[in-house]
Amino acid sequence: MKPNNDPFEVGGKTLSSRLFIGTGKYSSDRMIPEVCKSTGSNVITVALRRVDFNAITDNVMQHIPSHMQLMPNTSGARDAHEAVRIARLARATGCGNWIKIEVITDNKYLLPDGYQTAKATEILTNDGFAVFPYINPDLYVARDLVNAGAVAIMPLGAPIGTNRGLRTEEMIHILIEDIDLPIIVDAGLGKPSHACQAMEAGADACLVNTAIATSENPVLMGKAFADAIQAGRNSFLAGKAPTSQWAAASSPLTGFLREGSS
Amino acid sequence: MIVAINGEKVSFMDPITIASFLDSKSIQPDSVVVEHNKIIVPSEDYQTTWLNHQDNLEILRFVGGG
Repeated sequence: MKPNNDPFEVGGKTLSSRLFIGTGKYSSDRMIPEVCKSTGSNVITVALRRVDFNAITDNVMQHIPSHMQLMPNTSGARDAHEAVRIARLARATGCGNWIKIEVITDNKYLLPDGYQTAKATEILTNDGFAVFPYINPDLYVARDLVNAGAVAIMPLGAPIGTNRGLRTEEMIHILIEDIDLPIIVDAGLGKPSHACQAMEAGADACLVNTAIATSENPVLMGKAFADAIQAGRNSFLAGKAPTSQWAAASSPLTGFLREGSS
Repeated sequence: MIVAINGEKVSFMDPITIASFLDSKSIQPDSVVVEHNKIIVPSEDYQTTWLNHQDNLEILRFVGGG
C-alpha cells in the first residue's frame, strides 16, 4: 500500500485536486471555464489535430484558464513513432512537458496497445517528458512502464466514452497494490459513484471527460465528481471498517426495558 | 510550386513563407504548431522559412479531447 500523498504530487507538480478533466464533447467550449471552477481541477487534457482551413472553429485554448496544467494526449497515434511525433509537436506549443500517451489501433473498443505505449514512454521519458501512459490495467505492462520512466499509470475503468464504470476493478486493485507509481483511473467512469469507488480502492486520481461533458449540466456534474473523488479519497485514508457475515449490534445488548420485569 | 499542406496539395504562384501562409488563412501564429518536412519549426522562424516545391507542411493546433 502506498503512503499517504495529500496533496497529490505527480509529474513535478503539487495538485490540490485529484480530478483531472477533459475538453472533448462539450456542446459549447464556453462551458469549460465554469467546469474548471466547479471541479476545482488543476489538470485538463487536450488533443492535437490538423487545422481545418475550411472550417476554422473556436480555439479551445481560449477557454482554458491559465492556471490549469495542460495534459495533451497523443490520440490518433497508431504506434510509438506517431505518439512520439505528436508529443513533440504538443510540447513545441509551449504547453510544458506533460503528455498522456494514447496508442490505439482498435476502433471498436479503443483499447490501448501496451507494447507500443511502453516504447513511446521510454523514448519520451529520455527526451524530458513527464509521461502519463493510458493502458489496460495489466500488471506486466505497468511494470514495463515503471521501467520506462512513466510518472504515473492511467488504467482504463471501461472503454473510452462508454460511461460503464469500474469494470476493470479487480485488475486496477492489483496495480494499486503492486505498482509504486500514482494510479490515475482514466476512461469509462460514467457517474460520480464510479469515481468514488476507484478512490476508495486506493487510486490516486481519476480523469473524467465524457461523463461530465455530455451530462445535462456539466458544471454541476463536475462538482459532483469532485465531491465524490474527495469522499472516496477520505474514505481510503480513513481505512475501511471490517465486514462481517453476521449482524453485529451497534446499540448495547444490555439494559433493555423488559429485563427484570415480571 | 506545389506544397502538401495538412495532406492537401496546394499550388502557389509565388514564393511564400510559413508566416505569409498563416496570415493568408487568418491564423494566429501563436495558436498553432508547424512541422516543415517533419521538422518542428520554432515560431520565431515562421517569417524566414520559405516553402519549396514538394515540401510537406503540417499545421496543427489543440482541440477538445480527453
